[in-house]
Amino acid sequence: MARQAPVRDVAPTVQRLRLRYAKRGRLRFTSTRDFQRALERALRRTGVPMAYSQGFNPHPRISYANAAPTGTASEAEYVELAVTAVLDPEKVREALDAALPPGLDVVEVVEVRTPDLADRLEASVWRIELPGVADADAAAAATAFLERAEVEVQRLTKSGMRTFDARGPVVRLDVAGDPPGAAAGDAEGPCAILDLVVRHVTPSVRPDDVLTALRQVADLVPPVPPRVTRLAQGPLAAGASTGPVALAVSDPLAADRA
Amino acid sequence: MTVESVFPQLEALLPLVTKPVQYVGGELNAVSKPWESAAVRWALMYPDAYEVGVPNQGVQILYEVINERDDALAERTYAVWPDLERLMREHGVPQFTVDSHRPVGAFDLLGLSFSTELGYTNMLTALDLAGIPLHAADRDESHPVVVAGGHAAFNPEPIAAFVDAAVLGDGEQAVLALTDIVKAWKAEGAPGGREELLLRIARSGVAYVPAFYDVEYLPDGRIQRVVPNRPGVPWRVGKHTVMDLDEWPYPKAPLVPLAESVHERMSVEIFRGCTRGCRFCQAGMITRPVRERSARTIAEMVDNGLTRTGYEEVGLLSLSSADHSEIAVVAKGLADRYEGTETGLSLPSTRVDAFNIELANELTRNGRRSGLTFAPEGGSERMRRVINKMVTEDDLIRTVATAYGNGWRQVKLYFMCGLPTETDDDVLQIAEVARRVIETGRQASGTRDIRCTVSIGGFVPKPHTPFQWAAQLDHETTDERLRKLRDAIRADKQYGKAIGFRYHDGRPGIVEGLLSRGDRRVGLIIEQAWREGARFDGWSEHFSFDRWMTAAQAALEGLPVDVDWYTTRERDYAEVLPWDHLDSGLDKDWLWEDWQDAVAEVPVEDCRWTPCFDCGVCDQMGTEIQVGPTGLTLLGMPALPPRGEGLVAASSAPSAPSERTAG
Repeated sequence: MARQAPVRDVAPTVQRLRLRYAKRGRLRFTSTRDFQRALERALRRTGVPMAYSQGFNPHPRISYANAAPTGTASEAEYVELAVTAVLDPEKVREALDAALPPGLDVVEVVEVRTPDLADRLEASVWRIELPGVADADAAAAATAFLERAEVEVQRLTKSGMRTFDARGPVVRLDVAGDPPGAAAGDAEGPCAILDLVVRHVTPSVRPDDVLTALRQVADLVPPVPPRVTRLAQGPLAAGASTGPVALAVSDPLAADRA
Repeated sequence: MTVESVFPQLEALLPLVTKPVQYVGGELNAVSKPWESAAVRWALMYPDAYEVGVPNQGVQILYEVINERDDALAERTYAVWPDLERLMREHGVPQFTVDSHRPVGAFDLLGLSFSTELGYTNMLTALDLAGIPLHAADRDESHPVVVAGGHAAFNPEPIAAFVDAAVLGDGEQAVLALTDIVKAWKAEGAPGGREELLLRIARSGVAYVPAFYDVEYLPDGRIQRVVPNRPGVPWRVGKHTVMDLDEWPYPKAPLVPLAESVHERMSVEIFRGCTRGCRFCQAGMITRPVRERSARTIAEMVDNGLTRTGYEEVGLLSLSSADHSEIAVVAKGLADRYEGTETGLSLPSTRVDAFNIELANELTRNGRRSGLTFAPEGGSERMRRVINKMVTEDDLIRTVATAYGNGWRQVKLYFMCGLPTETDDDVLQIAEVARRVIETGRQASGTRDIRCTVSIGGFVPKPHTPFQWAAQLDHETTDERLRKLRDAIRADKQYGKAIGFRYHDGRPGIVEGLLSRGDRRVGLIIEQAWREGARFDGWSEHFSFDRWMTAAQAALEGLPVDVDWYTTRERDYAEVLPWDHLDSGLDKDWLWEDWQDAVAEVPVEDCRWTPCFDCGVCDQMGTEIQVGPTGLTLLGMPALPPRGEGLVAASSAPSAPSERTAG
C-alpha cells in the first residue's frame, strides 16, 4: 500500500516573472545547482509568494533555462518564477538582488507576457579572455578554425564521452578590437580576447569545446586557464556574423517588455 | 602591516580543481572585516573538507562570538583537497581563509576544532601550507598561536608537539578570554615574546599548554608522571562549561554556503550535555552536566535563523533530543507555527525509550515519513547492560511497531561491534532483533513492503569514559564477527531480504583508537604518516591502513610500545593515563567503579531523574543540572507575517499568465 501524498490547499499561480541575472567575479565558480539552492533560499528570505507543486516534496515552481557552465561568468542567465500574487517586478528585482550574495546579481525582472522564452534563446555571445596569448596567435587560430567545415571534439558528459562537431554551430569567432576594460595586454603580458557567437544545439557547443578545437587545429594552448563570460543570449539577429558583436543576438525579454 | 588577499593567485588555479566553489567563500552571513580594524585576529579551522566543515556548529558559534567584538575578527579556513594542495605548493599559494582569502600565517591565533582525531593530518597540511612550523617549539612571535579545541582536544597529547594550546570544553567564553590575553600582550609590545604569551595563557587556566609539562616514562613504556616545568602553571587543567545557554543563543546568523554541504539544513542546539551514562559515549561524559535551552529561546532561534537563512529544514540538535523536558511544547509549537509552509523539522538522536508517537506525528505533519533511526548500540540485553544503554528489546519492538503502524516504512538501527566483554553471540543477536523488527513491522503495517537497515560501527574506547581502560577489539576479530552476522542475516529466508546491512572494516577504527588514547609518542606516528602522504583519514578513498602501520613501525623504533600496546591492551587501575592531568570533571575513581560495574553488567540510572551518583562533575566544576520544565505550555510566538507584503504591485489587476514556461 503506497502512501497517498497529502492533498494540499495550494495557492494557484497568478503571475509569472522572468529574471535575468549575472554571475560575476569569484561566484562564477558556482554551479547551476549552487545557484538554484541560493535562489530558492533567497526567495524564502524575501517572502516572494512562490507557487508550489503538489506531492510529498512540494517544490517552488521555477524554470531554469540554459545555464552557463561552472567556472564561466555570465551577464545573461534566465529564470522564470510562478507566484501566487501579482507583484511589482522591480520590487522583486531589488529584494532578490539584495538577498543574493554580491556576484549573483539580479539584473532585471519582467512580467511574462509571451510564451516560449527557451525557444528565443537561440544563440549566445561569449567573450573569451586568453591571458598570455598574443592577438596574432589568437587571430591565426580563429582563422584556421573558421576555414574548416567541421571540427570534431570530445567532451566527457553525463552520458559518457561524446564526440561532436564544434565548428557547425559557431556563427562567428574573431579577435575583439579595442576591448572595454583593462583586460587587454598590460605589464603581465599579452591577453587576446575572442568574441564567439554560437548557436544553441544539442549537444551544446560550449566555449571550452571551441578552445579544444583551437588546440586541435592550430595548437593554441593558453598558458593559464582562460576567463570566459557569456555576454548575451537571445534570438540570432540578421547579419549576426558581421557588425558589432553586441548586436549579434537581440534581447529575449523585449517581447515581454513591449 | 596590511595583509593582501591571495585570491588573484588562487583564482588561476580554481579552474583546474574539482568543486572550486568550496574555495571562494561568499556564504550568506559571512563576515569580512577590515584587517586594521581588529587588535586580535583569529583564523578558525575545521580540519576536513569544506562540505563537512562549513555546517559545523562549533566553528559557526566561535566565528560569530569573536566577530561580535569590535576589537577582534575571525575568518574560516578548511582543508583543501589534494588536487588543490598540489597546485598551491607548485604556485606558492599559502593556506587561506575563505572569507577574505587572507593567508592563515598572518593571523594571531589559529583555532582548530577537532570533532574527531582523524583530522590531525589535515592540520599538518594546513600548518605546512600556511608556512607555520609544524612543531610548536620552532615557532616565534611572527607565527599564530595554534589552539586545539573540540572533543578530541580532551586528549591532545598525540598532537602536543604541533599545538601551542588546547581548550577543553565549551569554547564560547574561552575564545573571548584568549582574545583578551593576546590583546593585552600585544598592546604592551609583546613583552617576553612567545614564551611569555603562552605562560600567561597557561597560568590563567584558560587553556592547556603542552610545552609547559614534562612527561616521564617508566622502563616498560607506561607514563610515570606528568609535571609542570614552569612555576605558576597548574598541575591539572579543567574544562569550560557554559551554564546558561539562553545567554548564548549562537549561531544567530547561521552560515549558508553556496556549495552543497553534508547538512543542507539549519541546526539549533536544544541542550548540551547528557547524563544517560552510556559508558562508550565520550560526548555524554565530557559535556556533563545537562544544560537545557529554554523552549522560548529555542523557538526564537528557529524563527530568527529561518528568517536569516532561508533554510527549509531545521534540526533540533543535542545528544538525545527527545530527552528535553519541554520537547513536546517545542515540537507542537513549531509544528503549529510552520503548518502550511514548506518548513520541515527533524529530531536527530532520538532514544528508543524516549520516542513517542505524538512527538513523531508533530514532526511529520507535512506527510514525510521516510525513515526513523534508533541506536540500541548493543545487540543483546546483556551487552546493553554492559554499556548502560538501558533499552530493552521489548521497548524497541514496541516502538518500531508503533512507527510501522503509523505509516513509517523504514527503520534504521545503529549498533556497535567490539564492545568490552562482547562475544560472537552478542553480535549475532543483532540478526534476531532485526528479524523481530521486520516480523512485528509486517504485522503492524499490514504490508510486506517495509525495511530495516542495520548499521554497525566499530567501538573505539575513548578517554574520560569508563571504557578508557578497556582493550580495543583487534580488527581481525571485528571483521570476523561482522562476517558471521552478515551470513546470519543473509541466510534468513523469511526476513533476510527486508534487512539491509551496513558496516565498515575494522582497520580505520584501530588508527582512530591509536590517536584517541595515544600519548605524545603517537605524535611521531602522525608526523611520519603525514610525511608519507596521509590526508583526509576520515575518507575511505584517502585512508591507508598500511601507511599508518608502516609509519608506526618506523616512528616507534626502539621504544617499548607499539600499536597493539596503545589499542588492544587493557589498562589497570594504577596506570597513569596520558590525559589524567586534563580535568573533564569526572572523578577517576567514579569512572573506575563504573568500569567495574560494566564488567559486572550492572546498570546506572540517569541523574536527571534520580539522586546524584557522584560522577564528580558538578562538585569539581561548580556546575549543576539545568533542566525544565518551566511550565510553559505555549511558545507564544507572534504570527508569521504574510508573504511578499512589500512586493505586491500597486495596481493588482492580474494579467493572463502564460501556461508555457522557459527551459
